[in-house]
Amino acid sequence: MTGENAIRDEVRLRPPRNAVDERAVTWWRTQLLLTTTVPVVVLGVLGALLQPARFWLLLTAGAVAVAGLAATAFFPAWWFRVHRWEVTEDAVYVRTGAFWQEWRIAPMSRIQTVDTVRGPLEQFFRLSTVTVTTASSKGAIRIEGLDHQLAADLAERLTRITQDTPGDAT
Amino acid sequence: MTPVPDPSEEWRRLDRRTVLVTAAVLTGVAGGAGLPTVLGLAGAMPLWRAVTWVLAGAALLVGGGAAADYVRWRRTRYRVGAERAELRTGLLLVKRRSLARERIRSVDLTAHPLLRVLGLVKVRIGTGENAGGESTLELDPVTKAEGERLRRELLDRVRPDAPDSPHDGALAVLDPGWIRYAPASFVAPLLGGAAAGAVMQVSEWFGAQGEVIEWIGDRFQDTSVLGMIVVLVLLALLAGTVGALGLWVEMWWNYRLEREPGGTLRVRRGLFTARSISIEERRLRGVELVEPLGVRMCRAARVDAVATGLVKDDEDKHADHKTLLPPAPRDLADRVAAQVLRESEAPTGAPLTAHPRAARTRRLRWALGSALAPVAVLAVLGAALTPVLLYAAAGCALVLVPLAVLLALDAYRNLGHGITGDYLVTRSGTVRRTTVALQRGGVIGWTVKQSSFQRRAGVLTLTATTAAGEGAYDIHDAGEGEGLAFAAEAVPDLLAPFLKPTGVRDAGVETRKTRG
Repeated sequence: MTGENAIRDEVRLRPPRNAVDERAVTWWRTQLLLTTTVPVVVLGVLGALLQPARFWLLLTAGAVAVAGLAATAFFPAWWFRVHRWEVTEDAVYVRTGAFWQEWRIAPMSRIQTVDTVRGPLEQFFRLSTVTVTTASSKGAIRIEGLDHQLAADLAERLTRITQDTPGDAT
Repeated sequence: MTPVPDPSEEWRRLDRRTVLVTAAVLTGVAGGAGLPTVLGLAGAMPLWRAVTWVLAGAALLVGGGAAADYVRWRRTRYRVGAERAELRTGLLLVKRRSLARERIRSVDLTAHPLLRVLGLVKVRIGTGENAGGESTLELDPVTKAEGERLRRELLDRVRPDAPDSPHDGALAVLDPGWIRYAPASFVAPLLGGAAAGAVMQVSEWFGAQGEVIEWIGDRFQDTSVLGMIVVLVLLALLAGTVGALGLWVEMWWNYRLEREPGGTLRVRRGLFTARSISIEERRLRGVELVEPLGVRMCRAARVDAVATGLVKDDEDKHADHKTLLPPAPRDLADRVAAQVLRESEAPTGAPLTAHPRAARTRRLRWALGSALAPVAVLAVLGAALTPVLLYAAAGCALVLVPLAVLLALDAYRNLGHGITGDYLVTRSGTVRRTTVALQRGGVIGWTVKQSSFQRRAGVLTLTATTAAGEGAYDIHDAGEGEGLAFAAEAVPDLLAPFLKPTGVRDAGVETRKTRG
């Protein structure tokens, strides 16, 4: 009776408790729009200037624009549902992704550095990204789209906890 | 070296014979580069003038290099104090590098033939950090006795727990019979290709490439093109095999793995270039059993160390610093792995939990996809252009599809994970199968990945992150519930708070447990 179907639903990862800030959706939308606009404008200008290749250039520009707009409409909402984070006394727990979802867990005792990064666009939306690194070259955890005040408090709290932990965290 | 009252406190110099070594190496380089240059220039000017030019250039190179090395020798000092190991070097920009002695985790000695003739060694002192060049001191060169003294002094720490005697001393010594595994690795075909390339390159220097090709064509006048290709490939493979054997002898001659009283594993090896690599046991987080396909078919395996902060050597690609045992019979590899880890049973040899059938389906799908893609391209081109390509497509399908299916089934069979004592074990791969035994205490985080397809199939990929080795080790396509339960059991209290039981479908569930 211990077939594969039986054990499949034994345990699951529960979603982390906190959602990211709602402004993150607008931030992601703006990012996607900007990354779509640049190639579309370049292709459009080239299409206006270059008579022989006009049709193909404008067609590509149109395709990129449609794909970009679709992604802008579709992904940020999905990301907002998936991207969640949680910091407990013992660990940092983050879920990210869309088609490929990723759950990352790092124990507090193994955290080495805590960084807060704010890009120009993030500053505009008063958002921050907190990056937590461990001694592993592949174990970094990023929490995107946090309110900047919340991110600062979180980074301070994490730094305090990790400073109190002895050892070199390897 | 002049004797000084307290050797551990004084600034010391490198061995002055480094100038001699540099000059000799540069002479070799000048000779190697000079010959083709002379031949190249001889076309444009009389031979004596070409020779004069090249000789002048060579003298400049050798003289300049030796002078630069003399200045470097004059300006370089090192000191090993009670607290720190320090190095001062540089003419205008004086560089000082100092490592705290308690952070020093490795002292590696290498000596190429020239250094060995003069009784010198190159010493690399490294800390456990991954920061690259910033964290290593290189003393190039010092006398062999001085190198040994540094190694012993810097790595000899008193361990409070007295090591148990059966694991001390030599753990493995070279068995010359292991050379039979050398041609089975991927080195042989690579070297074969390189040899063929070298023949073409050298003949081009002498302007004789066309003649070489013609000569080869003449040899095969009465055989078909296919026969010629087969013979040439066989010749290249033969050359590659000879090369692989030679390389093996160079790398592994005098191989010896031993444990030293200070809690250090030491690998010594090399015929011409002698190497000594020390790995502090404190840095060891596990071992990795590596079986490339050819080696695996001979029932052999290589043992690598999974340790934090190993020196990554760019200059010397073949000198893998983490290899503890060259390809050797599988039982022996397991035994050495157990001894290295101070265990009675090798964790790498324990039975593992198999992965769900969905993992097999996924592998078969990938294999068929990658095998049929070229077939489809050929078929489409064939339909559009010429029917010959259709035959090629059929041939490809006949060869590639069974091969891909075999590899996929093998890949599925090789998947496995389990917990053995203090170790988390995961195995995967077919062309290069690896079995990693990682200390459960060395896992510093989990990453769980699941694509939409995996979600539908009820599998997920678990990644244990660690400070050692490659930084992360994967468990591909484990069953969803079983994999998470395994991860939670392997590293207590890390994953468990984030798991929740879901509606249990079957009463028999609780009885299932991973093999321990």
